[in-house]
Amino acid sequence: MAEKKKVRVPIVHMEQLENAIYDMTIEEKEMAAVAKAGQFLSLYLDDESRLLPRPISICGIDKEAGTIRMVFRIAGEGTRQISCLKAGDSIEVLGPLGNGFFDTEDKVSMVIGGGIGIPPMLGLAKKLHAEGKKVIAVLGYRDAKNFLAKEFEEVAEVVIATEDGSVGVKGNVIDAIKAKNLTADTVYSCGPTPMLRGVKAFAESAGIACQISLEEKMACGIGACLACVCKSKEKDHHSNVNNKRICKDGPVFWAQEVEL
Amino acid sequence: MNTKVNIAGVEFKNPVTVASGTFGSGMEYGEFVDLNRLGAVTTKGVANIPWEGNPTPRIAETYGGMLNAIGLQNPGIDVFVNRDIPYLKQYDTKIIVNVCGRSEQDYCEVVERLADQPVDMLEINISCPNVKHGGIAFGQDPKLVEKITSELKKRAKQPVVMKLSPNVTDITEMARAAEAGGADALSLINTLTGMKIDINRRTFAIANKTGGMSGPAVKPVAVRMVYQVANAVKLPIIGMGGIATAEDALEFIMAGATMVSVGTANFHNPYATLEVIEGIENYMKKYNVADIHELIGCVK
Repeated sequence: MAEKKKVRVPIVHMEQLENAIYDMTIEEKEMAAVAKAGQFLSLYLDDESRLLPRPISICGIDKEAGTIRMVFRIAGEGTRQISCLKAGDSIEVLGPLGNGFFDTEDKVSMVIGGGIGIPPMLGLAKKLHAEGKKVIAVLGYRDAKNFLAKEFEEVAEVVIATEDGSVGVKGNVIDAIKAKNLTADTVYSCGPTPMLRGVKAFAESAGIACQISLEEKMACGIGACLACVCKSKEKDHHSNVNNKRICKDGPVFWAQEVEL
Repeated sequence: MNTKVNIAGVEFKNPVTVASGTFGSGMEYGEFVDLNRLGAVTTKGVANIPWEGNPTPRIAETYGGMLNAIGLQNPGIDVFVNRDIPYLKQYDTKIIVNVCGRSEQDYCEVVERLADQPVDMLEINISCPNVKHGGIAFGQDPKLVEKITSELKKRAKQPVVMKLSPNVTDITEMARAAEAGGADALSLINTLTGMKIDINRRTFAIANKTGGMSGPAVKPVAVRMVYQVANAVKLPIIGMGGIATAEDALEFIMAGATMVSVGTANFHNPYATLEVIEGIENYMKKYNVADIHELIGCVK
């Protein structure tokens, strides 16, 4: 029995966190049993005019309850339709997909999330905290609407950066890291590509190991169609060119392996 | 009940394969479907050397379908021969290798390299709309179609299927040219060239500007072309274009296709191939069809 599967699952929770940010939990025991922080699920619409899955990162896994939580932003009509679903409705999902964050021996971990890249970092922060690691969470928001920040506080030392300066350090996550002189053994990050470039450069200059989670438009979600590639520094063993598949070889990569 | 079909001496246990490029070499979908059940696996296009493909974004969703401009990223024939063919040989299914190139020489090299390989059939992609050189340039000129077909037939040790582009005024002209060149079979349709604009970013939705349109939205065009070609040439046809269900597949078969390929449907339903196979069997039971050949081209 393959670990991945496509099934229709019940939605057990759906909540609007902010204007376009929704918090959804689905129940699927086998999927929850094998899922890891940093992996994602492909969500399918009950709209035959929109066929491609929406890849959404896992924000939390409750192995006892057999549930997986995803916090997503409305990015278009597809995610808008998903946001209209309610607890008690069902949705087709494929997963768990991708590799997830890599285990390390570090004592101090820094999780860096920007915008809708924040949710996958929460699941990771909880896992790292449960492993007894000190966790620093650097969260970049546009303004004072700081979704999930309170939950990070339960497991991490939280540093917030806002573009408008309304909360925490004014600027981006790198500004906040520099302002607070933060460091760690490993940084883990997800967010917009310009932010990831900054995180990669920061980690390189500080000599810190760095894992980043990438996204791209996907079709199959399992590594067959080659839609969601990123540039790799070395020739990839599977593709035999300098391309890696984000859905299958990632979405998490060691920062030095990929060109952003 | 017979679902076996034969194309150019190759016997397939059922008429269902996959559209090149949607299924890799089966390794990923093998986690979802038993590849032994498929009539054949048609592999993603392979060239003489590795190709990097196009920049991203490479795909965009469209109404009832999608655009893609992957750009035929492939690992090259050496890796393919050493890794993908041995992988597929573990299964009791036929292997159709899709061959791509930028020049006649490229195609010839791949076909020659495959001569001693345990593959059952070659599908020649002269119709990819997403690469600047080669691909479709060969598929839009009947003289070139005939020439490249006859050159490849001289070298090929396996039956040659020419994959036709729908991006032409008269697809039967290309079909006749392939037949004149000695093709053993035809497959159609490749994707329809399309474009999508991202009005928020005020740019093209995919980096290549244009992409090949596929999915259920193209099916009526594909069925029409299969019907036209089936009535224009004597060659067997592998029909494709928006097949997601057995009902879709049966339309192609009744229009004249001996085999059918499931493509884009794999992306929204990784079990689509098996559902199509089972659905065809169920249709045959329901209507007491003893042999699939009763259905092939039954609509005149």
